[in-house]
Amino acid sequence: MLTKRLIACFDIIGGRVTKAVQFQDNIDVAPAEELAREMYEAQIDELIFYDITASAEKRGIDIQTVAKVARMVFIPFTVGGGIKDLDGMYEALKAGAEKISVDSMAVRNPQIITLGAKAFGSQCVVLSVQVKREPKMPCGYEVYIDGARVATGLDALEWLRRGQELGAGEICVNSIDCDGTLQGYDYPLMRLAEKAVSVPLIASGGAGSPEHLKRLFTETDAQAAIISSMLYSPRLERNYSVRELKEYLASCGVPMRPFAQATTA
Amino acid sequence: MKTEHSIAVIDYKAGNAPSVMHAAERLGFAAAYARDPGDIARATHIILPGVGSARATMDSLRDMGLAAPLEDAVLRRGALFMGICVGLQILFEHSEEEDTVCLGWLKGKVARFDGTKVRVPQMGWNLVRFTGDNPIAPPDGHFYFVNSYRAKPEDTADIWGQADYGGLFTAAVRRGNIYATQFHIEKSGSAGLGLLSGFLNLTGKGHGNAD
Repeated sequence: MLTKRLIACFDIIGGRVTKAVQFQDNIDVAPAEELAREMYEAQIDELIFYDITASAEKRGIDIQTVAKVARMVFIPFTVGGGIKDLDGMYEALKAGAEKISVDSMAVRNPQIITLGAKAFGSQCVVLSVQVKREPKMPCGYEVYIDGARVATGLDALEWLRRGQELGAGEICVNSIDCDGTLQGYDYPLMRLAEKAVSVPLIASGGAGSPEHLKRLFTETDAQAAIISSMLYSPRLERNYSVRELKEYLASCGVPMRPFAQATTA
Repeated sequence: MKTEHSIAVIDYKAGNAPSVMHAAERLGFAAAYARDPGDIARATHIILPGVGSARATMDSLRDMGLAAPLEDAVLRRGALFMGICVGLQILFEHSEEEDTVCLGWLKGKVARFDGTKVRVPQMGWNLVRFTGDNPIAPPDGHFYFVNSYRAKPEDTADIWGQADYGGLFTAAVRRGNIYATQFHIEKSGSAGLGLLSGFLNLTGKGHGNAD
């Protein structure tokens, strides 16, 4: 059967991985390709790489770093940040990324989802959505853009449904409220999202302990979890290895890709 | 032995040829992109990576003038062939995806997963169990899938591996010198690299391959 995925997420500034809390105060962790190789060898299931300053600096994605990482990891690799059009998508795919994550740009220009899905297949287009609790919204959550700084007035579930209709093959739901808090995912949000769309869902924001992953995978239909602080944040007293997370989750009955003892390649 | 190999990775715009190139490089093989019929004619090993749709892949092969040379190389000369993802699907006669007529090297059709039973696309690592007598015999293990459609071979002897997603489906096929996986061998960690290595190390003996 299909297993649940643990995804390591890298926020990149100038080729280096950084770690933020609620989209702010990034501190430096390591060069992207070094941490990517380390995570690959630790048997993480997937990688996401966000060039978090590309849009603000009005430049394209850091393609050199994408290419460096792609040569090193033989697992799925998603990139986002600073990709504005089909050419930008093609450039990132050509550098070795599998999937393109679109976020603020897709809110401004939803057609990019459809164009990308038509050109490269919907499995290539991951819609990433930043959401924040807002009781005035029909579903109780509002979509934000530009590093969680700008409210859009869009109802979160309405945007998820629209994203799927436009051709997104996967949707990553980022909880601004939970991001970096280490207090667990926004489980009610994921339960709403799983009913709204039928494409695979990734939960992001709030993971601080193995129990949070267990709750996510047993109480919601999320297919994948983004973890970053738990794996490598220097702010945490204790980091977890991919192996111990997987073994813990498997012991709770969550289907996981088992840690392979011998890795020859 | 490796130097006698000529490995061609078909490079069309919708495909993820670079990932396959990186994987071959990592395994110590020199592979080259194939973009015209001459590249195909020389190859001992041909890899067709696939993402995107069956129609886009078929259109690209025809636009690049590669469909006929591929048939010559694989069906008549016996060059070793590995299709990946959509590169597996287009080996069959027809795909439901945009009602596409495919290569028809293998008998059968390609149909969409039942979206009422499972989330579509399937995205993630699934356990593949390999069956049958095969020169490449990878251990059963988890491989990375991204697919909304899956092949339904008419001849069960063509099935090389199966996985379960709302029911068993064909995860890999093999017929003579033709190999293909629905999963992404270039993105399946050491399990995928092991399988790719098995394919690239085949010498083509017994398949009437040019050596």
